[in-house]
Amino acid sequence: MRLNALQAVIIALMVALGTVLTRALPFVLFPEGKKKPQIISYLAGTIPAAMMGLLVVYCLKGISLKSSPYGVPELIAIAVTAGLHIWRKNVLLSIVAGTLLYMLLVQLVFV
Amino acid sequence: MSNRNKRVEKALRAAFPASFPVLTGFFVLGLAYGLLMSSKGYGPLWILLYSSVCFCGSMQFAAIPFMIGEFRPLYVLLLSIMVNARHLFYGISMLEKYKGTGKLKPFLIYCMCDETFAINSSSSIPDDTDASFFYFFVTLFDWLYWIIAGVLGGLIGQLIKINTTGLDFALTALFVVLFIEQLKSRKNAICGVAGVVAAAAALFVFGGDKFVIPAMLVILAILLGGRKKLCD
Repeated sequence: MRLNALQAVIIALMVALGTVLTRALPFVLFPEGKKKPQIISYLAGTIPAAMMGLLVVYCLKGISLKSSPYGVPELIAIAVTAGLHIWRKNVLLSIVAGTLLYMLLVQLVFV
Repeated sequence: MSNRNKRVEKALRAAFPASFPVLTGFFVLGLAYGLLMSSKGYGPLWILLYSSVCFCGSMQFAAIPFMIGEFRPLYVLLLSIMVNARHLFYGISMLEKYKGTGKLKPFLIYCMCDETFAINSSSSIPDDTDASFFYFFVTLFDWLYWIIAGVLGGLIGQLIKINTTGLDFALTALFVVLFIEQLKSRKNAICGVAGVVAAAAALFVFGGDKFVIPAMLVILAILLGGRKKLCD
């Protein structure tokens, strides 16, 4: 059963509130002009690389290693995307080629 | 044309190709979201509201079960904070870059999703380009892609004939490419590998629905523990 309109608006606001709290908190705690603790500057320089690694894993969280195709299409497409990127250093080319290959694999090869 | 306008125009021209991979990925995910919402009885206007005001892909999906059963607003708020906790790390990383963005800043923060963070934290912006507006346009484009794709999904329902299975891999590929870009310096390479290992271990132990916060804690522990070595 669907929520009524007021309830659905409140749910939207709750989702938004939770989101904006997590997005804004660091900016509220460390406003411009206020000196940041050194540890925060250190984390600011090291977190992006670590989080990029986490985001790659995050995209793969739905893969099952226990049932066919065992993440093989993802593995192949990521290897090709990465290889192409290291070779040609062209962001769009790597992404478009990797995505097309992946679509080919999941639609035609591993069905 | 004034110099400032030229710098803003350059930012606009640079932001579109930078955000293009997100267009592909969001188009598919947004469409899927729209289809799902309309199948639960929430039409295009509801999708417009949710996608523009919430703008948090995974949590928008996670909220759907709470839009068709019992009304549990506080639980949804807590769930949203937990699902979105990774943004705390994005904020810490962007404190410097978003400094001095003035009136654009509230929007930059409000709409700082994974993909926007990934692009804005990785892009090196040329001197002749207005950095604040580059961040703004990337953020704006990503936001619009998400809203438009969602509403389209709600409007066209099951009319789509193209088989888009796998098109959402564009986002995975985007993160893979940006991850490789991070590997250029020794320090970032170590952090990047630490991120992958921590996330993979947490995923293995806690499973797909619950691994992000444990992974963040492990990453934090590794970064803090390795501080002396990484600073040398």
